[in-house]
Amino acid sequence: MIQRTPLYDSHLAAHGRIVNFADWEMPINYGSQIEEHHAVRQDAGMFDVSHMLSLDLTGGESQAFLRHLLANDVAKLTVPGKALYSCLLQKDGGVIDDLIVYFFTPTHYRIVVNAGTAEKDLGWLCLQAADYAVNLKPRRDLGVIAVQGPRARERFWTAFPASRAASEALVPFQAAEWNDWLIARTGYTGEDGFEISVPADEAAAVWQKLVAAGVKPCGLGARDTLRLEAGMNLYGQDMDETQNPLESGLAWTVDFKDAGRNFIGKQALAELRERSAQPRTFLGLVLLDKGVLRAHQKVVTAQGEGEITSGSFSPTLNQSIALARLPAGVAPGAVVEVAVRDKLLRAKVVKPSFVRHGKSLI
Amino acid sequence: MNIPADLKYTQSHEWIKQEADGTVTIGITDHAQEALGDIVFLELPEPGLMVKVGEECAVVESVKAASDIYAPLAGEVVARNEDAMGAPESVNQDAYAAWLFRLKPANPADLSLLLDAAAYEKVAAE
Repeated sequence: MIQRTPLYDSHLAAHGRIVNFADWEMPINYGSQIEEHHAVRQDAGMFDVSHMLSLDLTGGESQAFLRHLLANDVAKLTVPGKALYSCLLQKDGGVIDDLIVYFFTPTHYRIVVNAGTAEKDLGWLCLQAADYAVNLKPRRDLGVIAVQGPRARERFWTAFPASRAASEALVPFQAAEWNDWLIARTGYTGEDGFEISVPADEAAAVWQKLVAAGVKPCGLGARDTLRLEAGMNLYGQDMDETQNPLESGLAWTVDFKDAGRNFIGKQALAELRERSAQPRTFLGLVLLDKGVLRAHQKVVTAQGEGEITSGSFSPTLNQSIALARLPAGVAPGAVVEVAVRDKLLRAKVVKPSFVRHGKSLI
Repeated sequence: MNIPADLKYTQSHEWIKQEADGTVTIGITDHAQEALGDIVFLELPEPGLMVKVGEECAVVESVKAASDIYAPLAGEVVARNEDAMGAPESVNQDAYAAWLFRLKPANPADLSLLLDAAAYEKVAAE
């Protein structure tokens, strides 16, 4: 079933070009994806991310449940509002989804998962929750707006001055409740900003106020080039059930520190680690020749073949970049070849983070 | 929709202009550039290449995706737009000014087989 967010009419009014994204009618852009991309790098832009599913987790065993469910360890979260990025793993270590979990109290968390995987995740969570004293409540009653860019917070406070006291002290990856809103200093662009969850019936008015404060509406197209420049994985493209986080550049999100914690997928990943023979590594590519790198293109290296998982044109760097799964042993600095149609184009291997806070890292 | 009446068109959204010297100039329509979004790279055929009707002979890459461009007529490539290769965004700015390549058609009469503006308008509306 095709679904619409509470901001659908706002997108139409702003001449958004609507596409079907995971069965949601979403704006891909409002004219120029590149202009929207630059707005986020240089000033402030905003995205409708209401299609992502928020879930409230409550109950006496909430923390114990999440410590079992997630590859990252929510025990690290002790300050109210603090958030953590984690993978949701199968027993064999394959990635079911990636998500953000916000901590309020040890008996109250909020989880935000991808739109395309929401139903699958919900089924998995309910199955795993059966043995725990927890309640899971999907929050389809929310609108969520990501305001991103170096001037995002300032413009947000111009639109909503009364929220400033509640949100000014937030550090990155921390959220605060303000009336019935959740203001989180998070995002998916490599820039500063907030992600705001509001009651669905307020979302359009919030969007309008942000437009009036100079925040540029941005579509899913710019969201993708921004996250790619920031070196952030996209579920379903850079990793899925057939890949584990250790081979997807996400080893940093798998927390083995507490030997007593038994999370789903731990045994499979621990065995892989013990063999210390990861056949694949996950790195970035910068195209040296002219052209555009795309997902699924073959990469030829001295150590064997690899594959691009995400590729596009980087508006900030003005050249093509990609994330790629490569044979072990390929290291940053190496020059490899990518099969683009009938040609082999040269690309440089880099750490998979290309742009942060408006500046090139390559 | 911007569909000049003096041009010919294809089902695959190329426009074709008959030049006084017997060659034809080829580009993509305004409708096509809008659907593709920001164009960032053009791969155009080198002069001298012989192409068949419907043959893939150029690629227009937008931020979103790569799209093949098909030869609307058989013939020999006689020129390509180097300026547009250096500034691919010019195709977004004016798709009818930023041409891609020129052909010397093997059978100039085949031009009459292409769509006129009214027929293309129906294609673009689909």
